[in-house]
Amino acid sequence: MANADKTRKSNIWTIMRKELKRFFGDRRMVMTMVLPGILIFVLYSLMGSVMTESFIGDADTVSTIYAENLPESVAVVLRAGGLPLAPVEKPDDPNAAVQNQELDLYAVFPEDFDAAVAAYTPASGAPAPEVKLYYNTASASSSNAFGIMAGLLDSYESAMANKFDVNRTADTYDLATAEDTTGMLLSMLMPMLLISLLFSGCMAVAPESIAGEKERGTLATLLVTPLRRSELAIGKIGALSIVAMCSGLCSFLGVMLSLPKLMGSEVTGMDTGIYGVPEYVSLLVVILSTILVIVSLISVLSALANSVKEASGMVAPLMVVVMLLSLTSSFLPELPGNVAFLIPLYNSVCCISGIFALDVAPVQILLTAVVNLVLTGVLVFVLTRMFNSEKIMFKK
Amino acid sequence: METQTGSPILTASGLKKTFTLSRKQRALEKTDSPVKVAVDQLSFTANRGEIFGLLGPNGAGKTTTLRMIATLIRPDEGDVTVDGVSVVKDPSAVRGKIGFLTSELKLEDFFTPDYLFDFFADLHGMDPAAALARKKALFARFGIDRFAEVKVANLSTGMKQKVSLVISVAHEPDIIIFDEPTNGLDVLTAKVVTDYLEELRAEGKTVILSTHIFSLVEKLCDRVGIIIDGRMAVCDTLDAVRDGLSLEDWFFELYRETVGEEA
Ligand SMILES: Nc1ncnc2c1ncn2[C@@H]1O[C@H](COP(=O)(O)OP(=O)(O)O)[C@@H](O)[C@H]1O
Ligand SMILES: [Mg+2]
Repeated sequence: MANADKTRKSNIWTIMRKELKRFFGDRRMVMTMVLPGILIFVLYSLMGSVMTESFIGDADTVSTIYAENLPESVAVVLRAGGLPLAPVEKPDDPNAAVQNQELDLYAVFPEDFDAAVAAYTPASGAPAPEVKLYYNTASASSSNAFGIMAGLLDSYESAMANKFDVNRTADTYDLATAEDTTGMLLSMLMPMLLISLLFSGCMAVAPESIAGEKERGTLATLLVTPLRRSELAIGKIGALSIVAMCSGLCSFLGVMLSLPKLMGSEVTGMDTGIYGVPEYVSLLVVILSTILVIVSLISVLSALANSVKEASGMVAPLMVVVMLLSLTSSFLPELPGNVAFLIPLYNSVCCISGIFALDVAPVQILLTAVVNLVLTGVLVFVLTRMFNSEKIMFKK
Repeated sequence: METQTGSPILTASGLKKTFTLSRKQRALEKTDSPVKVAVDQLSFTANRGEIFGLLGPNGAGKTTTLRMIATLIRPDEGDVTVDGVSVVKDPSAVRGKIGFLTSELKLEDFFTPDYLFDFFADLHGMDPAAALARKKALFARFGIDRFAEVKVANLSTGMKQKVSLVISVAHEPDIIIFDEPTNGLDVLTAKVVTDYLEELRAEGKTVILSTHIFSLVEKLCDRVGIIIDGRMAVCDTLDAVRDGLSLEDWFFELYRETVGEEA
């Protein structure tokens, strides 16, 4: 009947609208959906800038260094190496000054350093001229100054006895492309990150909507209307997937926008710009179909439970399994064969990993989408049966 | 279709419902039997335009019977025909013909009466214009209009009950089924409900209610079925059942007879 078909569609839509209004109309719910994304962005950006800073060092601080008998030849090298030598008066007791952190570094060169160095031959057996650097590891700027000074002197030493160079001329020697580095990093990181974000997005809504409604007796009110149980199941899973998708997208944006900062693009050559439309479309397909599977699974478990609390308890083992699965991508040397893409959830992990490594075949994405859709269909059927079961719905 | 007052509109025949009891329930019911026959070979007929009462003590099987009529649970045996439709064969169509109200059916706290009315009218496939007119009339009738945009969570208990009542009859069902309609209500709200039941009857609707309160049956019902231990002990017009006695005296006599027979 065409008419029955029409009410069927509109009933599904009515249920979906109600669920969407329930979640998007509730400021607290919206916060729980977008907050993870914002938190991730802020946290990763902060972590990134802290890490980059400690890696590159703070170029702005001028170390206070007092160098005794500093020969001009060395001074030139130090200036060229970017070690600013603030002219410091000789403290009364330089060692004490370093100790109480008034002075960063106290360097003592032998008198006639240049001549002594020129006269020295290793074969003579006599001790080599010695430069003494007094520093204080308790102070970051002191350790820093020591590191730079020692490094510069070291390279000055090897420059004097130069026989050959490694990688001196300006050129790119690391032949890994931006694709390789970014791909490798993200393909290890993203499955875990994305799957756990998606899972928590689904967790935030599905138990509340199904076990919660059952617990509060509002599901029974729906069940005495002409609404078909299948319409209820489809409407709920559809709407919950949309909500979970929004929360998942927020988190995903948070990750993608902050990752370059976290990884320090200057240092690692990280460049998320290597991904184009095909990658993002594939990702969307995989994420959407994965959300359908996760929402359906959690919904079925929630329908069994009598309260939101009980539902969370029942979903916990599923979460552990999913997390373990998403970890496997870090240990896989390369993507498994097509058969692996028939396993729900594991296929999502492989796809996400493969997409970020720019190393997944379209047929594998397709397999994943089809398998996930079929499984969702089966779970919708199961949920319908459960809504129909008085033992499950009206357990005393 | 026959719509004449007095003709049968709902017929329950040979209804039976057995529950399997968990260990905890067995302890609670003080029985060793793993099953509980909640409703046993129950038959009755309700006529168009009357208020039919199912009277019985707690645990008699009234709620179970009404749930079978409302298609929330399926009878093990027997069937109910609601306005020509079988609850076993076409439960979804039956749900379109009835309004069911019990204290177990709750409205979502998050929404307003206005939204919920539209939502349920939608699920019943009502024409939007007709739904709007009915919403206005019912909201005015029960004084909900001032609270139409207040979330259910913030309504008083009495107002919540009225909203539930209004929503259960949103789609203008011909048959209204109320499980213990005045239970837990303050006297004022209870009066609003009983007045409305009489109003429904005056409109030619059929009301089926369950209760354990004799006075409610005496006040409202045209006909009454007395359920004891899941069985229909007697079912007739109120006058014929009482036969001069007060319903209460009559009931205890009947109860002694029925339970005595089994002991
Ligand atoms: N889901 C159930 N599981 C087990 N026993 C039940 C269930 N529902 C009702 N019963 C039992 O069936 C009997 C009838 O219950 P009910 O129909 O609620 O009685 P009433 O509404 O007349 O008080 C009671 O003994 C009750 O404990
Ligand atoms: Mg009852």
